[in-house]
Amino acid sequence: MGRYLPLLVLLCLWQVLCSVGIVANYVLPSPIEVAAGFWSLLTVGMPPGHLLYYHIIYSLYRVSLGFSLACALGIPLGLLMGWFPRFHRSLGPIVEILRPIPPLAWIPIAIVWFGIGISSAAFIIFLGAFFPILLNTASGVSSINPILIDAIKTLNATQMDIFLKVLIPGSLPSIFIGMRVGMGVAWMTLVAAEFTGVKEGYGLGFMIMTARDIQRPDEILAGMFVIGMIGFAIDWSFRAWESSVRPSE
Amino acid sequence: MYLELIQIRKTFVNPKQDTEVVAIDRIDLQIEKGQFISIVGPSGCGKTSLLRIISGLENSYEGDVFLDGKKIQKPESEVGLVFQQYALFPWRTMCKNIEIGLEIMGMRKSERRAIAMEYIRSFGMSGFEDRYPYQLSGGMQQRVAIARTLIMNPKVVLMDEPFGSLDSQTRNDMQEFLMDLRQKRNDTILFVTHNVDESVFLSDRIVVLSKRPARILRIFEINTPHPRDRTSKVANDIRREVIEILRQERISHSPVNN
Repeated sequence: MGRYLPLLVLLCLWQVLCSVGIVANYVLPSPIEVAAGFWSLLTVGMPPGHLLYYHIIYSLYRVSLGFSLACALGIPLGLLMGWFPRFHRSLGPIVEILRPIPPLAWIPIAIVWFGIGISSAAFIIFLGAFFPILLNTASGVSSINPILIDAIKTLNATQMDIFLKVLIPGSLPSIFIGMRVGMGVAWMTLVAAEFTGVKEGYGLGFMIMTARDIQRPDEILAGMFVIGMIGFAIDWSFRAWESSVRPSE
Repeated sequence: MYLELIQIRKTFVNPKQDTEVVAIDRIDLQIEKGQFISIVGPSGCGKTSLLRIISGLENSYEGDVFLDGKKIQKPESEVGLVFQQYALFPWRTMCKNIEIGLEIMGMRKSERRAIAMEYIRSFGMSGFEDRYPYQLSGGMQQRVAIARTLIMNPKVVLMDEPFGSLDSQTRNDMQEFLMDLRQKRNDTILFVTHNVDESVFLSDRIVVLSKRPARILRIFEINTPHPRDRTSKVANDIRREVIEILRQERISHSPVNN
């Protein structure tokens, strides 16, 4: 319990600073006001009628779409890159040119290509998640001890056996790392992608931008905490999933 | 002849000087069925390369390897290979490591499980079948690796310094374990080691290799019955002789590579 003490002190200090009027509440609302803002997000919604619950569902939907696409493409490509050095060499320059472009820098061109809506949001999220998944998978394959591949070859293994029984299980820890990092990037990218506009009128990024438009810093902060907590929950469930499918070492 | 090596020669190119280096220089060797042969030699003399050639993992060499009349050209389960570093699959339990060869063969799960459990029992590893390799001692990991190879009933078993990374007590235990196993199964075994004591304790024949390029310097026949006394006069005499040959080999200047 002791490790939560600094957090509690910080909250009290924050509350006191706001209550005595050192910080104006239109700049930094007090913790109590933020909590009230959270309650209003739940019950009234921002904009009114658009409840928090729906914003979360829309955001998760966009993320899972882009993220699944990134896994579906990044894992097989990464396995091939790791297993066939020639493929790695010929794909390498393309990856190295595209990877340093921040996903958010793709937003304008995504809007030109796909318009404002789910496709462009999913595309941006895909870009954020794709490269960590691709590169971690590839490095997972190339880090497999070659002696394991020799060992299975002496047991009559075909190329398919090598793939299914050594390459995939052997690179699984790296694939998981890639997926976790990719998911983290995807979640961060999502909120920014929603800043630029969403057609449906739902999404956590859209929600806090709307709160800014009508000067509700309490709801902005409450929305930020919600985004953080969901990111944390996703990462936590990834770890739980990972440790349930793999023996710890 | 059961396993026959004919004029095996292995070279590789030294990329820095663009010169050809001879690793193995025309080795001829005949091994009879059921024999236990040890290969000893200075470290780095190409013992491991020789095993890789026999197992079919290495393709770029001159000469031929015949097993039971058939030329070896690619890895197959008729030639079993046990690695020094065990080479167990860390994501598979003991039982699943042992049965992987049968799994590749397409044997039904219940059937292969039963065979694997029989090996686990006779190797004295019951109760550990669901452990992962990192949860096992070095000696037990190596027994798993041996079981994984033997379950395929290979015609010849190659062992590449299998006990090299074990402490001396475990190493002795494993040598005795291997001898027991061999009395029961009568496998043909080609055993690479740099440990002369081990080769004297285990083998019917000891093949002594030179330093690079590897040639056969001498072959010792040992007819003492098993189990052997590690300190008997015969054992000591052979040991002294092998050690002397290896010592001469170490201090002599290597011939200039052609």
